[in-house]
Amino acid sequence: MSTDTPSKAEPSIGDYQYGFHDPTDNYTFKSRKGLDQEIVRQISAMKNEPQWMLDFRLKALDIFFARPNPQWGGDLDQIDFQDIYYYMKASDKQEKSWDDVPDDIRKTYDRLGIPEAEKQYLAGVKAQYESEVVYGSLQEDLAKQGVLFTDTDSALREHPEIFREYFGTIIPSADNKFAALNSAVWSGGSFIYVPPGVHIEFPLQAYFRINSENMGQFERTLIIVDEGASAHYVEGCTAPTWSAESLHSAVVEIVVKRGGRFRYTTIQNWANNVYNLVTKRAMAYGDSLMEWVDGNLGSKITMKYPAIYLMEPGARGETLSIAFANEGQHQDAGAKMVHCAPNTSSRVISKSISKGGGRSSYRGLAKVFKGATNCKTNVICDALILDPESRSDTYPYIEIEEDDVTIEHEASVSKIAEEQLFYLMSRGLTEAEASAMIVTGFIEPLVKELPMEYAVEMNKLIELQMEGSVG
Amino acid sequence: MATLTITDLQVSVDDKPILKGVNLEIKEGEIHALMGPNGSGKSTLAYALAGHPKYEITGGRIEIDGSNVTELDANERARLGMFLAFQYPVTIPGVRVADFLRHAVTNRRDPDRKEGENLMPMRDFRKELKEHMAELGMDTEFARRYLNDGFSGGEKKRMEILQMAMLQPKFAILDETDSGLDSDAVKVVSEGVNRLSGPEMGVLIITHHERLLEFNKPQFTHVMLAGKIVETGDASLAAELHSNGYATIRERHPEEAAEESSEQEESLSSV
Repeated sequence: MSTDTPSKAEPSIGDYQYGFHDPTDNYTFKSRKGLDQEIVRQISAMKNEPQWMLDFRLKALDIFFARPNPQWGGDLDQIDFQDIYYYMKASDKQEKSWDDVPDDIRKTYDRLGIPEAEKQYLAGVKAQYESEVVYGSLQEDLAKQGVLFTDTDSALREHPEIFREYFGTIIPSADNKFAALNSAVWSGGSFIYVPPGVHIEFPLQAYFRINSENMGQFERTLIIVDEGASAHYVEGCTAPTWSAESLHSAVVEIVVKRGGRFRYTTIQNWANNVYNLVTKRAMAYGDSLMEWVDGNLGSKITMKYPAIYLMEPGARGETLSIAFANEGQHQDAGAKMVHCAPNTSSRVISKSISKGGGRSSYRGLAKVFKGATNCKTNVICDALILDPESRSDTYPYIEIEEDDVTIEHEASVSKIAEEQLFYLMSRGLTEAEASAMIVTGFIEPLVKELPMEYAVEMNKLIELQMEGSVG
Repeated sequence: MATLTITDLQVSVDDKPILKGVNLEIKEGEIHALMGPNGSGKSTLAYALAGHPKYEITGGRIEIDGSNVTELDANERARLGMFLAFQYPVTIPGVRVADFLRHAVTNRRDPDRKEGENLMPMRDFRKELKEHMAELGMDTEFARRYLNDGFSGGEKKRMEILQMAMLQPKFAILDETDSGLDSDAVKVVSEGVNRLSGPEMGVLIITHHERLLEFNKPQFTHVMLAGKIVETGDASLAAELHSNGYATIRERHPEEAAEESSEQEESLSSV
């Protein structure tokens, strides 16, 4: 195993022990492939983290190595964990040549009207994204209201108390193998705190994070919405996004306190080499509302089941999820709703589409604990299979420990109806346009909840997918 | 003046011959009625003209203005000016009327448009849509509804007529073979045809409805029997059929009548 040579003198073990290391500007760190304690210590030292975080990471690493891969969901046994970079500064990344970007990806960018600079970033041609500093003044407004909105690394440094109070409490490292992985090597992500009674009207977006290291490989997001507050967070990109590294494992922890309202919207379209394994969970307290709006496109395998734990009476949860699996893609997505208190309600609407041999599945849990009386949970999962090569599965898990509840589960599988196709074609639409329109109509309940730009992009992307040229 | 010419058209469905040589010519500005007993092939003709993939053309030609459209797909025929108003328009969930119409109108006006190219400007489209909806007495809310989703019979017909108004086809075929249609729907169709038909549109109404033909007097009435058009007359032929039924037609065309009864026996025995 090769060792790293930092440009400055190698720090001694003593420095690591206390977790404080003086990073200077010209300290260049070039990571190596593979994962072990040394890498984790280096990551923590790079970030100048307190001892407790280093301890947390190391413990999580042990858990990660101790756990086997889950044998349900996608096939993860192909992943060679030692053949991956777990941490790399953006400046170290190899930049691709624009000529290497596949034609169909370029065509998608054109179709979606992606600006030049963004195209280069998304395609991996440029490692850094020079975004405008539009959000600067936005930050000021938010700060005035006491809102904290920064990246997770900064939050650990600048707001240690509130950070430590919640970090790792919603998703403990031992939750699953990939939560453990993230807990060991996390870097970047968003941290949001909304004070009591504050309502942020416009959606918070994470542009400022685009320059952060790791391009979202092991993001760790922590969001706390205090009592009676409300906000909406939007992240992700409909455009196909290239990644140098094929393993992505993010963790998102959210707390919505009494009377609070929060929506987390994401659309992801990772390139076909990516394993996208995400653990997302929110705790919703008394009379609060938590919503996940989740769009999954692309990737080689996505495993993602946004969860809402309804902790106190009056809490409500809603998840809208789309998965579109094209050739070579496997989306294993869904939702978990866990009723821990009486008088709580939840709803899941899942739409999955498979095309060209893709496989798209719904995997969901509706759980009601004993004592959680008078709960309602409603799951609607619809699958659209576009051709005989493609596949769709539904794995509903229903665990009910209480009699006084209302559980509804409706599932449907369909293909594009010939009569619908003919109707639209008889009005001048080509077969691809007609199919695209039908598919767009299929996911409309979800698309209408997206911010306008996302909705427009999503529809354009569907059109492109239906024309047979993959994005 | 454009002409829709159907020459010796033969059509099979699931390898069963239904149309056995239909000849028909419709000019822009004319209203034709097509009648005939159940099973004579009226709806088959409508769907074959529109280009439904299940209706296989095994012989003959369809021409619009002398250019052969027999091999063209449904959408290509639509762009050339063919339109079929469906008996039971299908529901397309999640697709707004306005979005659908904008797409259809764009393609009709720009028949060479490639997939992915720009649609007609929203502002122009909205203006036109509003005008037509107002003329047809439709609430603008209608445009935001999902296509045919939860529409009443009358609303579905209005939607078909609205499409006709905006697409301005050269040849409109109205499939109104269902005798059980509610009176509101009939009214919508007949008023729509009155309003929209003119020197630039040729109309073929396929129907039993006395009322419909009263309000939209056809210049030509055709009668089908066993997959062929056996007689053509004017509006008085339609009136005769309404009083006497098809008995006299069958008498006048014994060959086709025999074919009809043997077909019926066949389908009964295969039950």
